[in-house]
Amino acid sequence: MIHASSPAHPAPVETTTGLNNRKLLMWIFLGSDCMFFGSLIATYLLYRGKSLVGPYAHEVFNIPYTSISAFVLLMSSLTMVLALSAIHRGDMRGLKVWLLATALLGTVFVGGQYFEFTTFVNEGLTLKTNLFGTTLFVLTGFHGAHVTVGIIILLSFYLVAARGRLKPEQHLNIELAGLYWHFVDVVWIVIFTVVYLTETPNIVT
Amino acid sequence: MAMNHTAPTSERAHPTPARYTAIALILAVITVVEVAIVYTKFLQPVLIPLLLVLSATKFAMVAMFFMHLRFDNRLFSVMFVGGLLLALAVIIALMTLFGVFFA
Repeated sequence: MIHASSPAHPAPVETTTGLNNRKLLMWIFLGSDCMFFGSLIATYLLYRGKSLVGPYAHEVFNIPYTSISAFVLLMSSLTMVLALSAIHRGDMRGLKVWLLATALLGTVFVGGQYFEFTTFVNEGLTLKTNLFGTTLFVLTGFHGAHVTVGIIILLSFYLVAARGRLKPEQHLNIELAGLYWHFVDVVWIVIFTVVYLTETPNIVT
Repeated sequence: MAMNHTAPTSERAHPTPARYTAIALILAVITVVEVAIVYTKFLQPVLIPLLLVLSATKFAMVAMFFMHLRFDNRLFSVMFVGGLLLALAVIIALMTLFGVFFA
């Protein structure tokens, strides 16, 4: 059966795997990004407790504050998946609302990280102070950069949808943006546990 | 040859918005539990294994339900989990090389 195609709705093409190549490429990219963050987390863990001068982790971390940031990013994953669900139903208004909510929650997270970094610097912890500062800022800074890129992608799709140039048939675009967004969420789940929760005063040896 | 059939990307239907919300609530509860046990003194001896299990649970739930790995083709899971296992291998190898496990 032959379907009509147009630039806005290109006819799907047959692939070797039978899967959409764009989606497969996104998963391969996320797999490689796992290795990128894995190396940064490994570096943090290797130099943990090896700083010769302070401030040290348990002196600067504010667990309740970071927990709220983690909660905000977690909830942004919900709004992201609701945006995808909306476009699957053809609910373009819902899509716009949830995309904007996700971008807003992401912005709150990045803003919180900016405030946290400022607090660290005011307490004397910079990129060059000690090994803890170097590894912490590099790891969380790269994560923050990923979130920022995600916000730009979401706002771009919001603007395209607001102009009526995003159709329900193009849901794969939102699905791919969602995969990226959920990935930055799962990376933070790991960072929150490995970097923050295991560095509390109670368990520092 | 006309190639106009849709390449399949999904195998099973995705959850409903209500189900997504329920999953998010479970994730929020796990986060609260994680923070609570950090401040619970009698759990300190098993704190790190406990935190790692809870974190892995959250990771798996987001990947399976929000990223739809549970419903999509297995090749997507292979690509992602492959990278994840390599990342874990890098972490363990580096920590072993630097004597973290056998000081």
